[in-house]
Amino acid sequence: MEARKKTAREVERHIVARVGDVPEGEHRIFSVAGREIGIFNVRGEYFALRNRCPHLGGPLCEGEVLGLVYSSKPGDVRFDGSKRLITCPWHGWEFDVKTGQSYFNPRLKARRYTVETSVGEASRERQEAVPENPDELEPGPYKAEVLQVKEEGEYLVVAMPKSTAGRERGAS
Amino acid sequence: MTTPLLEGKSRRELWSGPIIDCDVHANVPSLEALFPYQEEVWAQFARDRGWGGPTGVDIAYPAGAPTTARPEWRSEGSVPASDVAMLREHILEPWDVERAVLNCYYAVDSLRHPDWAAALARSVNDWVVAEWLDKDPRLVASMVVPARDPAAAVKEIERVGDHPRIVQVLMPVRSERLYGQRVFFPIYEAMTRRDLVMGLHWGGTPEGEPSTGGFPSWYAEEYAAETQSYGAQITSLIAEGVFQQFPDMRVAVLEGGFTWVPGWGWRMNAEWKGLRREIPWVDRPPMDIIRDHFRFSIAPIDAGPPQEMAKIIKWIGTEDILMFATDYPHMHNDDVGAFLELLPESMRRKVMADTARDLYRL
Repeated sequence: MEARKKTAREVERHIVARVGDVPEGEHRIFSVAGREIGIFNVRGEYFALRNRCPHLGGPLCEGEVLGLVYSSKPGDVRFDGSKRLITCPWHGWEFDVKTGQSYFNPRLKARRYTVETSVGEASRERQEAVPENPDELEPGPYKAEVLQVKEEGEYLVVAMPKSTAGRERGAS
Repeated sequence: MTTPLLEGKSRRELWSGPIIDCDVHANVPSLEALFPYQEEVWAQFARDRGWGGPTGVDIAYPAGAPTTARPEWRSEGSVPASDVAMLREHILEPWDVERAVLNCYYAVDSLRHPDWAAALARSVNDWVVAEWLDKDPRLVASMVVPARDPAAAVKEIERVGDHPRIVQVLMPVRSERLYGQRVFFPIYEAMTRRDLVMGLHWGGTPEGEPSTGGFPSWYAEEYAAETQSYGAQITSLIAEGVFQQFPDMRVAVLEGGFTWVPGWGWRMNAEWKGLRREIPWVDRPPMDIIRDHFRFSIAPIDAGPPQEMAKIIKWIGTEDILMFATDYPHMHNDDVGAFLELLPESMRRKVMADTARDLYRL
């Protein structure tokens, strides 16, 4: 949220896994600096989400990844396989794997991190914008926590804010 | 002038504004009363078979039970609420109602003969128009349909649904199939095209289970369990996407209570958030759909302690959802005055008249 931009925080980079550890179409959960991170391989692109549902703190990344189902009226069931939605195993709520955007409850959105990949010396950064939604579906305001991922050589590297354990949750 | 429901208060002491009574009943006094409104063949069928009318009528309201009609509303030698003079004397005059919505349900569904059931529905509707609507301009009415036969129901809506004072189609809350299912969509199409309200009303086929889990043994169970049938029907209407298919569709929940709605709403909203993809046409939380498309009569109120009732009203989350009803001639002992006092002042006029006026376009 622009209005709540945090002051610049130090970003730490962590080697998490070998590239082959997360096959295409699948996701794996890794423990990184005391935090559980889910790394998703969507058609060769990598995305990372904090394994924590913004709803009630459920293990978000342990859920199934599904395509988007949407509709304009009964009997009209449409499927968008280009959207990949992680469904929290606790309550089934859906979050876009790429952006952390919630879909279902107009009041909920999960926090996201951005994932990067890099090959050798050349580093490409990719900042995922929230994808366009089908007209019929409104994104919710909640966002899952998304992390930056880089592919460096044969490793996946996650960039995330330096741990601030013990820091109080600031009153917003 | 006072009425039994007012417990000694005058109507103006209770409420000085306008009143619309959204649920008063007309009882068909006997099957013979409908014969002038039927083709002779159906009267002959009845005489041949010794059939005196739908069994559901007697089963639903045991004639001697005190709740069937208030003692003041009974008269020797006639069926309570069976002519317009009684209604005038008991409700229209003492309550000084601006408009009343007349519901004559008559259990037409309990007749399974497909042609006779449709003929019975036609005769009830024509009897209501001729014997009630034509005799008092304050009345508007519901029509009945053979609800288990959607094609026949549509024909009947096409036949009488354009009458300027037919405002609602009664659907009994107990049915063999849940009303959200697409087989009923032609009924809703015909209904919404004429701007008619769906009146989800107590009752149903006598061989249909009065609870959602089977046949109860006692009236006490049946009466108490009926709210489950209302819950099942509105859940079905919402989950099946009726309000996305028919955005103008409006439903009046009559004699179903309303205190159970917030608990139902919390559960439905939670299920929707997690399983939205299964019913993707449901485009907003079910409780929002309730607030947009449903209205509930306050007979019965099912009033608990006033402070608890005030919380329930708050939890429902809108002032536009409840409608005053006497449910004449049935006996409820709800204290309407105490109920009005616990409502926010801005809500009283809505409950007593404005919400029903909006719903039924009166």
